[in-house]
Amino acid sequence: MARFLLKHLLFLCITLAVVSFLVFMLTELTPGDVARKYLGAYATQEQVDLLSKRMGLDRPVLVRYVEYVGKILSGDLGTSTRFRVPVKDIIFDRLENTGLLALVSFLLIVPLSMALGIIAGMREGSLLDRFILLLSAVLASVPEFAIGVFLASIFVVTLRWLPGTATLRSGGGWSIAAQMALPVAVIVLFDLGYVVSMVRASMVDVMRQPYIRTAILKGMSFRQVVVGHAMRNAMINPVTIILLQINYLVTGVVVVESVFAYPGFGRMMLEASLYKDIALIEAGALVSVFIAVTTQILGDLAYMLLDPRIRS
Amino acid sequence: MGLESITQTTAPASATDALTASTTRRRRVPIPTLSHLGLSATTSVGLGIVAFWVAMALLAPLISPYPPNATDVIAVSHPEPSAPHWLGTDQLGRDILSRILWGARRVLTVAPIAVLSAAIVGTFLGLYAGYFRGAIDLVISRIADIMLSFPVIILYMIVLTLFGSSAINIILVIAITKAPIIARIVRGLTLELREREYVAAAKMRGESALYIMLVEILPNARGPLIVDMCLRMGYTTITIGVLGFLGIGLPPPDPDWGGMVKDTYGMMSVWPHMSLIPCAAISSLVVGFNLLAIGLRERALRD
Repeated sequence: MARFLLKHLLFLCITLAVVSFLVFMLTELTPGDVARKYLGAYATQEQVDLLSKRMGLDRPVLVRYVEYVGKILSGDLGTSTRFRVPVKDIIFDRLENTGLLALVSFLLIVPLSMALGIIAGMREGSLLDRFILLLSAVLASVPEFAIGVFLASIFVVTLRWLPGTATLRSGGGWSIAAQMALPVAVIVLFDLGYVVSMVRASMVDVMRQPYIRTAILKGMSFRQVVVGHAMRNAMINPVTIILLQINYLVTGVVVVESVFAYPGFGRMMLEASLYKDIALIEAGALVSVFIAVTTQILGDLAYMLLDPRIRS
Repeated sequence: MGLESITQTTAPASATDALTASTTRRRRVPIPTLSHLGLSATTSVGLGIVAFWVAMALLAPLISPYPPNATDVIAVSHPEPSAPHWLGTDQLGRDILSRILWGARRVLTVAPIAVLSAAIVGTFLGLYAGYFRGAIDLVISRIADIMLSFPVIILYMIVLTLFGSSAINIILVIAITKAPIIARIVRGLTLELREREYVAAAKMRGESALYIMLVEILPNARGPLIVDMCLRMGYTTITIGVLGFLGIGLPPPDPDWGGMVKDTYGMMSVWPHMSLIPCAAISSLVVGFNLLAIGLRERALRD
């Protein structure tokens, strides 16, 4: 156990180091220097040179990278060039908003995908199975922005039941719940297709095992076999996949956030990239990689705890 | 079938369950008979959709009623579908049907190039790692781990805004992020296939490692690879659409399905057709690729 954690923490550190280095170099080596990105296209060369000197940008890249790492380790994420405030004041607010969206979606995806996946997989090849399989394939095929447009054309334009934006401000008279409804629906529908097909595949696999046949031959009812024997074992593989969805839910929902103008982390990263807000890009990249690798470790950990064959 | 008859005789309590199970089994029969023709229903529908869009892409210069970027000034005030513009016009008076057709041509040029480059690089790396093992294997596997854990959409945003989003940059960034993942799949297949007798026989004949990898191992790994390519074509189509929607995709003014949605999404409440049509186009193409992948995978499992 200790060895497992140590190994994964080491991998986490290495990944963070590699990514921080790559992102730092990317922003350094691409056309236009940092001071130019800070001041914009209309600043004079003199202004750019002055700022470069003041920010210490005339020193070698590697020296500045080491300095940058030191700052990060002491908890200083730098200052946003666009908003002129410390990065941590922006980033954690946005993460909180995205966290809310992710949590609600996650709480819907897990039971829905498990139920649909198990129902489909318990009788492989049945009509219901074919239907759920087809449905999940179609859902996973429609891009998030298209699901957003389809849902908005029904619920916003035609029925006028829900607002088309989710800015989380009280303007327009819509409650937070009404604002969240469409973004959550889009995320759940898009992600569901993939997760259902994974749960189904695992269930199909388990139902083919000899011990299921033994249970049937023993005279257990189909319900008892599914609930008592198959379900638990069919959950081992998908738990890892379901936990990995946290990664998508936190960092991958930039499209949904853009469709509904939701003030989340993904849209912050898109805007930071578009405005070349370097400190924000670097901090955001580190945060997203940290979340990604941590969820991976959680997934492995859950797998280990659930599967008795690996635990020993 | 034998299983159910046993359950019925030994366990009367579960007879209803077993009975429903066996009737659903019997009802299923027509589906496999269709698939005995060679193509399952899923495969044929998927293939049909993809073939339709490929034909549209190829024929775009011949059949599109207007040049893709030509504006019809009169149509701006009445952009709804009409006799001269079957699918209507967009906010600048450009014919949507023509832009959809030319957009198909664009996405079906960029996506296959991106997927093929990723597949070629990934296949070579995977064959090499799986066949020789050792340090190179470790390096490739670690890179794949990092790539898999990194949220790619954030990487795309950073890279494409820094380097500018052109078709070449989009192809490069997709190929670079996907190649290690394909390499990992090929590596797994190679590890299994390198232990086969025909590989041992080729080694005995004194064939070179390159020959064994390309002639003995690769053709036997093609099934899962083709399925993966199909799925990846679907994902890549989504990716290109998403990049267009975020405003960092294929550059305007040439039509790009995702970009068409981005430009007109704000006018949804007045003219929903402007964004609904490109959304339907991209969704149907991806459904086609995914159905094709499912069909091919089922076929591979049956054989």
